[in-house]
Amino acid sequence: MGAEVFDRIQSRLADGEEEGQSTPGQARVPAGVSHGILVLDLAPGAVAGAARALKQEFGFDVFLDVTAVDWPGQEPRFEVVWHFYSTAHKVRVRLKARVAEASPAVPSLTALYGSAAFMERECHDMYGIVFEGNADMRPILLYEGFVGHPLRKDYPKEREQPLVPYREGFEERG
Amino acid sequence: MTMDKRVIPIEPAGGSGKSAAFEYISTRKDELVGWARKFSIFPYPFVTACCAMEFMSVSSTPYDTDRFGAALPRFSPRQSDLLMVVGTVTHKQAPILLKVYEQMCEPKWVMAFGVCATSGGFYQNYAAVPGIDRIVPVDIYIPGCPPRPEMVIDGIMKLQEQIAREKHPILTKDF
Ligand code: SF4
Repeated sequence: MGAEVFDRIQSRLADGEEEGQSTPGQARVPAGVSHGILVLDLAPGAVAGAARALKQEFGFDVFLDVTAVDWPGQEPRFEVVWHFYSTAHKVRVRLKARVAEASPAVPSLTALYGSAAFMERECHDMYGIVFEGNADMRPILLYEGFVGHPLRKDYPKEREQPLVPYREGFEERG
Repeated sequence: MTMDKRVIPIEPAGGSGKSAAFEYISTRKDELVGWARKFSIFPYPFVTACCAMEFMSVSSTPYDTDRFGAALPRFSPRQSDLLMVVGTVTHKQAPILLKVYEQMCEPKWVMAFGVCATSGGFYQNYAAVPGIDRIVPVDIYIPGCPPRPEMVIDGIMKLQEQIAREKHPILTKDF
């Protein structure tokens, strides 16, 4: 189940011909199927084209999630992860792209999936990933004035950034 | 525009110290008011997280907090005496908690219900306030994650004892 569409997606996306991808060979070899999910490792520039192909050609109509993984000490440091679901084929696809700490930018998918807007804001809150093309990058779970990105591994876990000044006798940590 | 504060002499005129009769009356008055107030605690449930399940349990029939006069939740802070902070309070929510507290009329008491409200519990991260006493003064802490209804009832009874012991000035310093 799903293997047939996975094969078609792999042969369509792995040849690196979709628009917006300038350098051939940027799309690395697909990582294969993991727990019934097709995993594709892409260059950041190839993500928008791959998502468009998934939506328009293969019927992946549900945008499930976008999040990131912080790999401290590795270069590029961040891995941005997208999940898509197809209600026609009843299968999922995972896209991954590595971005560097210096410019953690990936294209926004809000033009394809409206539901991506809030999830991209959350990912920006927590990891500081910049989604180019998402006009609204205000904090969604955090608040204005919050410094840093709390799910990055180097954010000190005891650091407090209270909105209300503490009462007398209590000290902020961090 | 400023108004002069009204100064109302509480002590009987003429006497430099408190007369024995005045002290007697004022002590009995505190006892009477304390007795009345401890059986009419109208709680305002500030419910934010999973402790709410235990709050529902404690306020329903088997445990019956109406025995303590504390069964009728008021959903306006202006009508309530006891702020029950039930669950985790985050830094983002702390301004709301403070606003609710400030809207309550004196006399008012605050209960920290569960370890999250008491100390932040097992949360030590960017989001959770490590104890609501950093934001508002707390009168009674109830540990447990979530606390058993018996612990909550014990907390209410301890708070009642405290209210009965307190001074209940008719005229407060801000009057
Ligand atoms: S003390 Fe436990 S049950 Fe209560 S809000 Fe915190 S985590 Fe939930």
